[in-house]
Amino acid sequence: MTETELLTWARGPGFQIATVIFVLGIALRIAEIVMMGRRGNLAEPKGSAMSSGLRTVFSRTVPDASTFKRSAFTVTAGYIFHIGLFVVIFLFAPHILFFKDLLHISWPALPSTVIDATSVVTIITLIVILVHRLKDPVKRFLSNFDDYLGWFVTILPLVTGYIAFHRVGMSAPSLIAIHILSVQLLMIVFPFTKLMHAFTIFLARWYNGAISGYRGVQS
Amino acid sequence: MSASFDKGYNALKEQVDASVAAFFSSCVHCGMCSDACLFFTETGAPERTPINKTEPLRRVWQQEYTLLGRIGKIFGFGKKVTDEMLTEWETLIYDSCTLCGRCSMICPVGNDIADMIRKTREGMAASGHAPPGLIGATKRAVTIGSPMGVKLPALQAQIAHVEKDTGMTIPVDVEGADYMLLLSSMEIMNFPEFIEAVGKIFKHANVSWTIASEAFEATNSGIQIGSSDIAAELVQRIVDAAAKLKVKNVISPECGHAYMAIRWEGPNLIGKPYDFKVVHILELLDDLRQQGRLKVSGRVKDKLTYHDPCQISRRGGVIDEPRNLIAMFADNFVEMPDPGKMNWCCGAGGGVSSNERADEIRLQVFQRKKDQLDAIHVDGMISACSNCRIHLEDGLEEYHMEMPVLSLTETLAENLEDK
Repeated sequence: MTETELLTWARGPGFQIATVIFVLGIALRIAEIVMMGRRGNLAEPKGSAMSSGLRTVFSRTVPDASTFKRSAFTVTAGYIFHIGLFVVIFLFAPHILFFKDLLHISWPALPSTVIDATSVVTIITLIVILVHRLKDPVKRFLSNFDDYLGWFVTILPLVTGYIAFHRVGMSAPSLIAIHILSVQLLMIVFPFTKLMHAFTIFLARWYNGAISGYRGVQS
Repeated sequence: MSASFDKGYNALKEQVDASVAAFFSSCVHCGMCSDACLFFTETGAPERTPINKTEPLRRVWQQEYTLLGRIGKIFGFGKKVTDEMLTEWETLIYDSCTLCGRCSMICPVGNDIADMIRKTREGMAASGHAPPGLIGATKRAVTIGSPMGVKLPALQAQIAHVEKDTGMTIPVDVEGADYMLLLSSMEIMNFPEFIEAVGKIFKHANVSWTIASEAFEATNSGIQIGSSDIAAELVQRIVDAAAKLKVKNVISPECGHAYMAIRWEGPNLIGKPYDFKVVHILELLDDLRQQGRLKVSGRVKDKLTYHDPCQISRRGGVIDEPRNLIAMFADNFVEMPDPGKMNWCCGAGGGVSSNERADEIRLQVFQRKKDQLDAIHVDGMISACSNCRIHLEDGLEEYHMEMPVLSLTETLAENLEDK
């Protein structure tokens, strides 16, 4: 297989396979959760479950001051790499072109120098986060294969993308093919690991806010 | 209550619903819940991280309710729940957790971890992995009617004392009363002043009330140990007494988990809504205040603070009411750091105080309350849960701190205008 053939395969059948697994996997996981249902609450409510649930979906993004103080590293590092990922994935011009092809919608891009710098910051933050996970007694205790796999498939597209952008070591088609394949690895792994939190977080926060709000407490 | 591993496993299976599945799917092992839990902050033991306490339930969810988990189970992959594992987790789930719910408030992905631990206890109790102290309390609650073994004659004796001391009549079994008062055994045995205080306030505000001789116990060991069947039976006794006396309202006393049991879990345990309303004593008192039916004469000059009982404020929704009431008589009230819904547990709720095995750790983690109190230098602390109160007194003594721990209802009664 030549490098052009590899790139064509990655962009064509490879991408289709990954997309099917990604979309069906996520749909399956969400269906698994939602279809279990939840018993209705027969106690007389003191507040609204629905509005409290919706508020918690947003409010839980920002910790209270005391919690921030206690978990400053986790919160700050978490913010940096999540925002970094968002910027790099959705605001890089070639990525926007890709989404335009796929979804027929488009939005403005950030200059590639900004994306470049953001990638570096995000990669460094993820490395620091891994070191912290290995050193912090609680995180090390809680961590399992899923945590390290999730970390690996997240940083890999960032690194391959960075290398492809700077054309280091190989020709452009090979580098881009490797980058696309690394994204596909992320997509295939995504539904079956903790990366699913990107979707289920909305359900979890809603349930938390609803359970608490029903009793008259905004959680 | 015959227990077996299979019963425990099935109980865990029954506990998994959409919320539990969403919670487990969302956990990213960030560890922030450890920083919210006094059993971790004061001991530094990673295994006491709240989400780790739910591991038995997580394994059941993963192996029974996810596609990958089910496939893995067929081929022998994945970590199974075993009897040995449950033995190992017993002290984490019962001795190192008061179900205070602080972790549920800070989890960034929104997991209600306290609810997950409460559900995990269902499997622990059914498989015979509950602490002996809590099993004893639960047996006494079922057979005698009180976790402390308090029988009706003991209550009658305390009522007779109160009536003799005050000249008031404490109404018992009055049909058609507006309110039926429940009491915790701790109040009956350790703080009978509470009965006197309620009598005085209700006389002052002209409230029609009664105690039911057939169901005066408010606490519910079934909730603490994690046995919904027993919890339902204990709730049903109150429901039956309320129906027999045709009361419109039932009052939950100064006890945290009693309020959770009768107010929030009760109707769901027995499977139908109540024919009466449940109010916490503080809700009722605040209601009387709003109606202008409480007149205070005394003012307390001492610097006072309020300890929020977890099940009443964070998990129960009674947060503003105590503060409104305290403002009626306190000139110098200060909040602790992290007040209200973010308050730190005293360290002895959720069955920990009935579990002698946890005596050492509950006093160790009291350091958190000490730190809160050290930051504000108060003359006294008010609370609204007799279980908190006993443990706060224990903790203060252990750490050589001197200050009175007051009941809000009693302090209010002391400062009422004489009528």
